Amino acid sequence: MILQLITSFIASAMFCILFNTPRRTLLQCGISGMLGWLVYLLLDPHWKSVVATFFATVVVGVVSQIFARSFKIPVIIFSVGGIIPLVPGGLAYDAMRRFVEDDYTNALQAAVQALLLSGAIATGLVLSEVLGQMFRRSKS
Amino acid sequence: MNNAESGTTYEIIDLCLLAGKIMLQNGAETYRVEDTMTRMAAALGFPGAHSYVTPTVIMFTTSRTEQPKLFRIEERTTDLQKVAEVNDISRCLSQRQITSAQARERLALVDDAAHAYPAWIQIMAAALAGGCFTIIFKGSVWDALPALFVSGLGYASVVYLQRLVQIKFFAELTASALIGLLSFLFVQAGIGAETDKIIIGSVMPLVPGLLITNAVRDLMAGHLISGLSKGAEAFLTAFAIGTGIGLVLSFVS
Repeated sequence: MILQLITSFIASAMFCILFNTPRRTLLQCGISGMLGWLVYLLLDPHWKSVVATFFATVVVGVVSQIFARSFKIPVIIFSVGGIIPLVPGGLAYDAMRRFVEDDYTNALQAAVQALLLSGAIATGLVLSEVLGQMFRRSKS
Repeated sequence: MNNAESGTTYEIIDLCLLAGKIMLQNGAETYRVEDTMTRMAAALGFPGAHSYVTPTVIMFTTSRTEQPKLFRIEERTTDLQKVAEVNDISRCLSQRQITSAQARERLALVDDAAHAYPAWIQIMAAALAGGCFTIIFKGSVWDALPALFVSGLGYASVVYLQRLVQIKFFAELTASALIGLLSFLFVQAGIGAETDKIIIGSVMPLVPGLLITNAVRDLMAGHLISGLSKGAEAFLTAFAIGTGIGLVLSFVS
């Protein structure tokens, strides 16, 4: 568990280097990635992975909004790093590989799962944005 | 600020297009590009400006009577530092902290700036990310070590090949074939236990997970063309990687 958290932190921060985010935001990117993965790990055994991904993304989104507010930097910089461990890149690759290997049943299953997961991430991000807007409006 | 102060209409359109171009080329979301361009135009005295942004083209017009201007985007990378800087410039412009001439100067600087990190740091980052992903996907630490090397080499080869062949699909296909081959060789040599875990960690820096998510998000926001074209790009990349790995594995096993 601890190992998972450390690796998710490093993976998110390293991906932010690949995306050329400003140097001073790397730590925050890692933190948002780690928090998202923590929520996912806690929820995954009890609910379906789509639900776990959704809630993890909402957490990432809210954390990114807070960081974005306090650093006056677009939200995307923090949310990109945060969702990296959750994003179904591995599944998309798996689906394609199975298609290439003529294993259509499992390929379709993986492809649909990848699509649902990315739908969950997108919904989670939009929801956290809406929450952020509501919070700002209630304050002003 | 009136028109005489901020330059001719042509110059203002050019300024907004430059800002939009930099953002779109470096991976900003569709709605952010549109929003920034119309806000900048409003700050310069054109409140009724419209922009239409897809991943390959920007169209922009300042009023109903003005002819729309078009800008073609040919290459796209992800450089979020530039997105953040353009965002900052547009905010300063809206708050009247800088003039349009200063904004143009700063935008030109951002446009010409090199990537924030040199290539070797990026390759090291890809290597570390790949190793970590092997552990995240429940591989053992012994699988993470070869993944460290394989993902670094894989990322380096995709960067180098893309300069060489210009066609992204073939660069990705070759790089992932290399990843598959190296992972297989490592396991054969007794370093690492599961080829699958090493491969899946190593391809993570290449896979378009983020593009897929962005595509779905664009579709939800009603940017249908952007969503579909990002989806197509993501599909092609995933296809290239799957084919590369599949090819090698069908030969060696």
